[in-house]
Amino acid sequence: MSLTRQDVEKIAHLARLSITDREMPVYVSSLSSIVEFVNELARVETANVEPMAHPLAGQRQRLRPDAFTDSDHHEKYQRNAPQVQAGLYLVPRVIE
Amino acid sequence: MLHDLSIGALADRLAARELSSVELTRHFLARIERLNPGLNAVITVTAENALADAARADARLAAGERGALLGIPLIHKDIFCTDGVRTSCGSRMLDNFIAPYDATVVAKLKSAGVVMLGKANMDEFAMGSSNETSFYGPVRNPWDTTKVPGGSSGGSAAASAARLAPFTTGTDTGGSIRQPAALTGITGVKPTYGRVSRYGMIAFASSLDQAGVLAQSAADAAAVLKVMAGFDPKDSTSVDAPVPDYPALLNASLKGLKIGLLREFFDGLEPRNAQLIRDALAVLTSLGAETVEVSLPHLPMSVPTYYVVAPAECSSNLSRFDGVRYGYRCENPKDLTDLYERSRGEGFGAEVKRRIMTGTYVLSAGYFDAYYLKAQRVRRLITDEFRAAFDQVDLLAGPTTPTPAFPIGAKMDDPVTMYLNDIYTIGANLAGLPGVSAPCGFVDGLPVGLQLIGPHFAEAKLLGAAHQFQLATDWHTQRPRGYE
Repeated sequence: MSLTRQDVEKIAHLARLSITDREMPVYVSSLSSIVEFVNELARVETANVEPMAHPLAGQRQRLRPDAFTDSDHHEKYQRNAPQVQAGLYLVPRVIE
Repeated sequence: MLHDLSIGALADRLAARELSSVELTRHFLARIERLNPGLNAVITVTAENALADAARADARLAAGERGALLGIPLIHKDIFCTDGVRTSCGSRMLDNFIAPYDATVVAKLKSAGVVMLGKANMDEFAMGSSNETSFYGPVRNPWDTTKVPGGSSGGSAAASAARLAPFTTGTDTGGSIRQPAALTGITGVKPTYGRVSRYGMIAFASSLDQAGVLAQSAADAAAVLKVMAGFDPKDSTSVDAPVPDYPALLNASLKGLKIGLLREFFDGLEPRNAQLIRDALAVLTSLGAETVEVSLPHLPMSVPTYYVVAPAECSSNLSRFDGVRYGYRCENPKDLTDLYERSRGEGFGAEVKRRIMTGTYVLSAGYFDAYYLKAQRVRRLITDEFRAAFDQVDLLAGPTTPTPAFPIGAKMDDPVTMYLNDIYTIGANLAGLPGVSAPCGFVDGLPVGLQLIGPHFAEAKLLGAAHQFQLATDWHTQRPRGYE
């Protein structure tokens, strides 16, 4: 099965990735060959096989007491932000 | 020379005060300065911090403190967050990112008294098998600088092989420690999933990622793993089990050890590589191990399984890079969607975008069952076959890679061919198993690796077998010319 340019444009938008016109043909062809490659999985008989999401069987998510374990680092963390004002992250206006 | 000494020998000299950590650190910083320009293995050198760390280690040593890694230098893969030091993950996206905290692996090694010399180059976000996808350019293999060192821990592997540090850290999602270790002639250990904390290790595929070590020998790797491993409440999949004293267990006899030869790993293997693996197994049998042939019929499906599961998890993990809280932001975004799409489109390289889109596709409505759930079912079949094999044998053995190092540029235009390079390593990640690659010879002057895979938490047995092999052989002591 091969993907069309429209398919790749839709996937790119779902993934919030801008893809340039120059890049697009390469992705159409390489994603098509990857999809074709992973289609091999269809040949494997998997009726009654439970999907496996995690490599260690029987491990359960732990809970911890709802208590403070760390101090406030927001200033340090926000030093990596492209634009910050008064402790808030700035983005282009969303609501007019 | 100092860089020829094992971690144990260095620690002895530091403990005897015949050598200071500052001297040792200067020695390796000088090697980095002289040799790294030809390799591009190290992308951030933290000389000033290193000398300060070394002086602190010397003070601890002077006060009578002793430790296997106290005062020993290392280089961290740039996927581990290092407080106050750029942590780029090999990406333009994080080119300006100064980590605000230490990964647990970094913190544990720091409190053991290691000295960080710098950060190692890597495939962007650990996605690659040749270290060619890095924003900072390819790493060169010290055995032949026209060849790749493997990936994604290619900078770590090249740095260890060129003795720019006594050891380096790495991560292994589909072979990213074992494959570059094999291609650069060093020893690489990928522990059991959950054995080493993933906290502060930038996530690629959370059900597969595991941190480990690239070192000169299994004995050195054992000393490092003992410090790195252990339960961490900050990692929800960390396993709460005691850490064995790996160095103390290296000398267990191999008498009666049953090693399964993975038949599927020899199908189509280049004959000279296959012969080196058979020779290595003959060494192990001469030490008392027994070998039997084992078949895992679904193992060849591990590559397509991985290239559904890993991109799916990557597309989810990398959604955090949005140009808002950290990382690259595009110029003059016209609205929020444009900000997201262009920051990500411009900040990520070609392979990372390819994997995000593959993952987005296999998780999207209409394809989820056919690809993602299907791959998870095949993952279980593969895992069950490993489990059944370990009912019969103690360890499994085979090659680490299908070929020695290939030329830079050879596979970059064809992602599927590049992906098939991981054919022997991915199975262990899917099943969460520990694996070791140890050097076992050369083909046309390029190193070849023997891979050993064990059941969950069998690191001691794996390291022991690799150590016994290294006592009987000298492949791991060979040096690339120009890096003696």
